[in-house]
Amino acid sequence: MAEYVEELLEQHEPGQVSGDVEIQNYTINFGPQHPAAHGVLRLVMELDGEIIERIDPHVGLLHRGTEKLIEYKTYSQALPYMDRLDYCSPLCMEHSYVLAVEKLLDLEVPLRAQYLRVFFAELTRISNHMLNLGSHVMDVGAMTPNLWMFELREDCLNFFERVSGARMHSNYFRVGGVHQDAPLKLLTDIADWLDTRLPKLFGDAVSLVAENRIFKQRNVDIAVVSREDALAWGFSGPMIRGAGIPWDIRKSQPYDVYDRMEFDIPVGTRGDCYDRFMVRVEEVYQSARIMKQCLAEMPEGPIMTTDRKVGPPKRGEMKHSMEALIHHFKLYTEGYHVPAGEVYVATESPKGEFGIYMVSDGSNKPYRCKIRPTAFSHLQAMDFMSKGHMLADTTAILGAMDIVFGECDR
Amino acid sequence: MRASAPKYAPNDGVIDSAKAALGDMLVEAVDRVGEVSLTVNRDSLVAAMTALRDDPALQYQQLMEVAGVDYPDREERFEVVYHLLSVTKNHRLRVKVMTDEVKPVPSVTGIWPVAGWLEREVYDMYGVLFSGNRDLRRILTDYGFRGHPQRKDFPLTGFVELRYSEEAKRVVYEPVELAQDFRTFDFMSPWEGAKYVLPGDEKAPDATPAPQPEAKGAPTPLKAAEIAKGTEEKTPPQAEEPKTSDDTTKTGVGQPHPGNQPQDKPADPDVVPPKDGGQNQ
Repeated sequence: MAEYVEELLEQHEPGQVSGDVEIQNYTINFGPQHPAAHGVLRLVMELDGEIIERIDPHVGLLHRGTEKLIEYKTYSQALPYMDRLDYCSPLCMEHSYVLAVEKLLDLEVPLRAQYLRVFFAELTRISNHMLNLGSHVMDVGAMTPNLWMFELREDCLNFFERVSGARMHSNYFRVGGVHQDAPLKLLTDIADWLDTRLPKLFGDAVSLVAENRIFKQRNVDIAVVSREDALAWGFSGPMIRGAGIPWDIRKSQPYDVYDRMEFDIPVGTRGDCYDRFMVRVEEVYQSARIMKQCLAEMPEGPIMTTDRKVGPPKRGEMKHSMEALIHHFKLYTEGYHVPAGEVYVATESPKGEFGIYMVSDGSNKPYRCKIRPTAFSHLQAMDFMSKGHMLADTTAILGAMDIVFGECDR
Repeated sequence: MRASAPKYAPNDGVIDSAKAALGDMLVEAVDRVGEVSLTVNRDSLVAAMTALRDDPALQYQQLMEVAGVDYPDREERFEVVYHLLSVTKNHRLRVKVMTDEVKPVPSVTGIWPVAGWLEREVYDMYGVLFSGNRDLRRILTDYGFRGHPQRKDFPLTGFVELRYSEEAKRVVYEPVELAQDFRTFDFMSPWEGAKYVLPGDEKAPDATPAPQPEAKGAPTPLKAAEIAKGTEEKTPPQAEEPKTSDDTTKTGVGQPHPGNQPQDKPADPDVVPPKDGGQNQ
């Protein structure tokens, strides 16, 4: 104890005039359990007073080894893992995966299935943005819009439940199509919702914050990212569009029926948190526009490929056809063998470019399935984006990044 | 391409312009499944990547992903795969380098700062070293983790498990203990002659058959002590190499098993072969 006291006294020794206070940078831990960390994020922050000098994000607290697990599962067994990556936009994760396997198989998907996939992927985008926009405004101090947007998200989850049976982990897309057809009543209900409830409630919620003085003070000119930085740091999705680059994979590299859809790509002008927020707001309206076009154009027809070596037979068919029974048994035990090769398929998930790098060795299990998360690249930029900002801005920057740790840590 | 995967600009001419830009840095260029893969020399990776980014005919501005792949059979077992994206040409490109556990790969953090974490992840998962990456710490695994989990010889279950210990009042690490063996089902036809020992087959050659019901008047059956029990210690024959893939060259699927062929059947004097070979020939 005596030594400790001496040590303390010595620290005060070196020629200090009374009244002078020596300020040192100090380090604080943000998270891993913090409501604004959007999951399990640990930030080791070096602060100079209240100014952020350096941020070292520690990720991996939710690492579950998804990529390793997928190597031990057949192609159809691995699909539900996708829902558990970004659990706020499960269907968009599945979309990349099924497209990657279909590309390796060179499999044609029926038109109605492609429409249904685009339709529900856009509904997923809306539900993801509801969560993100709501939590972003809550992170910077507003409460009401979050509650209203959660109402809308609840509607979306109900729609997912009605089409797939599960609210969150839908497991609805399949290699070769979708699991089951959407009932007409569901489609008309969603159409009504798109016309009435969504624009009204969402418009009300956004009107509370979009022009709000406090909200703007917290977001405008926070974490400005230039176009060059956005490219060098591997940004995608609303982050790169917020920086002013009109890059949207749905538009430039269309998959499924996106090439038939008419929609606009919102871009930011300053590249700050407010731009990212407003880009997402506009994307919700554009998604609704795409969904309405899907409803208008969607043809009748099969929702699963007729290739019996990939698509399982109908339940009813199985009851009296031996051939169907054999196919069912083989597909649900052994699965299908995918030709050897490698593909990288990236789609526009609500958070950015979500890619699957799939290596097949010709067997019924992926040899390697690398998941390209959006959050990984974005979170890495946290350090340079928040340099020189105040501690309280961290939550605004994080909120505008839209990070979900299921996907970041895999 | 019949699949509805993302359609970007066609690959025509990409390989030619890459050959012109990279020269002898390029080892191999292939266009397969509609995607272009370049294999480049490991030592000239940085120069090659700079050329791919800055050459006006190529313009790959973004590095989207760095993936590791493990091929234990190869001399240089790891592939580090870079996925590049050109937002102006609307094209994607894959660049590969080969390495092993000790030879470092030059880091591309100088070209794309995003590579920092992506390389950290490859290091964490595979143990590939990157020279020039100034922050090569583990990223996804636990603090103090040992081993590189994505390697094909790393077991799926890992080596340690952790739980909260009520006695120690903290989280403790213990060697992993499975209540049930990890079950991998082998979907390669076993009767087509797999070259490895199938799970469950290890007992087959020297196992004592279960006691059969005795015929009438037979001598007293074996006493309990004489019956070989399954619980006795027996070292199962080990496969020569661990099974890491269902690749047909490894499993031997499609190759006839000796002793399973028509000519191997014992000649039966009662069967007269038909003159034209019969309808099943």
